[in-house]
Amino acid sequence: MKIHEYQAKEILRKFGLPIPPGEVARTPEEAESIAKKIEKPLVIKAQVHVGGRGKAGGIQFAKTPGEAKEVAAKILGMEIKGLRVKKVLVAENVDIENEVYLGIILDRKSKSPVVMVSPEGGIEIEEVAKKTPEKIFKKPINSLDGFLPEEAEDLSSKIFQDTDLRLKLTEILGSLYDAFYKKDASLIEINPLALTPEGDLFAVDAKMVMDDNGLFRHPEIEAMRDLEEEDPTELEAKEKGLSFIRLNGNIGCVVNGAGLAMATMDIIKHYGGEPANFLDIGGSSNPEKVTTAMKILLADPNVKAVYFNIFGGITRCDDVANGIVQSLNQMEVKVPIVIRLTGTNEEKAREILQKTDLLHVPSMAEGAKKAIELAKE
Amino acid sequence: MSILVDENTRVVVQGITGRDGSFHTHQMVEYGTEVVGGVTPGKGGMKQDGVPVYDTVQEVVEKEGANTSVLFVPAKFASDAIVEAADAGIKLVACITEGIPALEMSRVSHQLQKKKVYLIGPNCPGLISPGKSKVGIIPGRICKKGSIGVVSRSGTLTYEIVHHITHAGLGQSTVIGIGGDMIIGMKFMDCLRLFEEDPETEGVALIGEIGGTDEEEAADFIKNEMEKPVVAFIAGLTAPPGRRMGHAGAIISGGEGTAKEKVEAFERAGIPVAHEPEEVVKLLNGLMVK
Repeated sequence: MKIHEYQAKEILRKFGLPIPPGEVARTPEEAESIAKKIEKPLVIKAQVHVGGRGKAGGIQFAKTPGEAKEVAAKILGMEIKGLRVKKVLVAENVDIENEVYLGIILDRKSKSPVVMVSPEGGIEIEEVAKKTPEKIFKKPINSLDGFLPEEAEDLSSKIFQDTDLRLKLTEILGSLYDAFYKKDASLIEINPLALTPEGDLFAVDAKMVMDDNGLFRHPEIEAMRDLEEEDPTELEAKEKGLSFIRLNGNIGCVVNGAGLAMATMDIIKHYGGEPANFLDIGGSSNPEKVTTAMKILLADPNVKAVYFNIFGGITRCDDVANGIVQSLNQMEVKVPIVIRLTGTNEEKAREILQKTDLLHVPSMAEGAKKAIELAKE
Repeated sequence: MSILVDENTRVVVQGITGRDGSFHTHQMVEYGTEVVGGVTPGKGGMKQDGVPVYDTVQEVVEKEGANTSVLFVPAKFASDAIVEAADAGIKLVACITEGIPALEMSRVSHQLQKKKVYLIGPNCPGLISPGKSKVGIIPGRICKKGSIGVVSRSGTLTYEIVHHITHAGLGQSTVIGIGGDMIIGMKFMDCLRLFEEDPETEGVALIGEIGGTDEEEAADFIKNEMEKPVVAFIAGLTAPPGRRMGHAGAIISGGEGTAKEKVEAFERAGIPVAHEPEEVVKLLNGLMVK
């Protein structure tokens, strides 16, 4: 789960990270009153779950509370990569002499959290990684022992010569790992960690992604979920135990299992069609899940055909067939439906579907071709 | 032969009395798997499908000679249960449970590595050596004893491809679903190494998907260390981008984890990639004739 910069900063502040003073505002007036409290030069930052905010004009500066109000009015309501800005972070704009990159990520390869630092912080960090990988320092952390002080010290020494700064950074790295570990994050990035002319360090930007599987232990983070940033249909699907992602094509797909669902989208594309969605009805799918899936797909006017591709393992084909029949009884279905059901209770499913005039195909490829053909008519 | 599980596999089911545990115990017993015991703390003494239930894995190891565990324990308790199995002397743990926090799996996978215990999963369908033993939830009747090793990150997509391999008459030596989570026990490479050494396996089907760079590592391994033919299928070519892990994801792996990058890595290594599940069989047949 993604959280906003201001939320990540709230968490990290509690772990002792140096965060410039700031608060979130939903209106220009709120932005103005926050600015009055800070009494310093300000930066106003759009809070949306996408990168590239700066380039899109979502990060701007202000000197006075009045200016902060004006700037906030410009940013609020702005659209960045398809997302409407509903909140801004109003924070002190610290002077930056130098930018450092800090990151912790769960690494599949070492099966460990990896702490990364680079003296070349800033938005070009990926270029740095490509062109001068020797300027990125990484340390996989043995999760049995934790992040040892000497490991943090070693990483800090790659960034700063000055003893005072090195000690400060060591402490920051320790706190950052602490937050990562205790909050079940899968990513934390501080980019940049700013060095001010006075020799202070500040986390000017912060990004955190939480491990969905760890959320049950952190209701306070679950409460940070921004429902406004999520597609309402995708949310509805999630509540019903379905995994749904909208795409731009015209063939609705209902599949059991994420891998097979992706492969179904791929095969539609392979034969020249365009999938309208990713939809995984999950393992033990009762008929109700199928009717919900149908409801979601049919609400999309772009969908010209629906393709059911089910490989029954735990999922019973007769359950899915019953769900399809129930859907036909419950709602008006104007688009053609192509069904491929193989596996557990396949024969029973076929009996159930015999009473309908739906098209039953023997293989995944056949179904894809048929659905494409019907969607064109 | 086959790998990891065979006729000598003696299974303990952890979480045997739960909804999924009891259902799949029945399926495993029916398939002919030696399920020698089950564990549900507090329910020791009862029976499930004729299988004796104990309070601890230790008891099943001592009294019934279990050497392999399959886990259906709820996510909150699953990582402790995995470690319990390893401590009791179990040599292979297949964790079916999904939803275990990744940092817990990081700890557990390192603990098991130290103890030299094989871990499959979590969030996986388990494994099966057709005609010998089924440990997990892969439907037995779609498999057939044969010569193809199958290793996959997916569930139902694996069944789809196994189904084609069975219909083509090739059959499988062992089918392994390694699971779809960030942190898993055995990876493609670990399984490929075992298939390479297994005399019964003549070819391998590798089924990958978007995310991470395990497929790229596997491609290197196949090119440099394998003689047996391998065919790949990668799901997710049409998956929408945007599940980026900040900059760090790209920095750490040097790739974005897209299906396209993976397909290219296999093609660079000279490994054929199927465009659709059915094609896996055609490609295998083509390579095995040689």
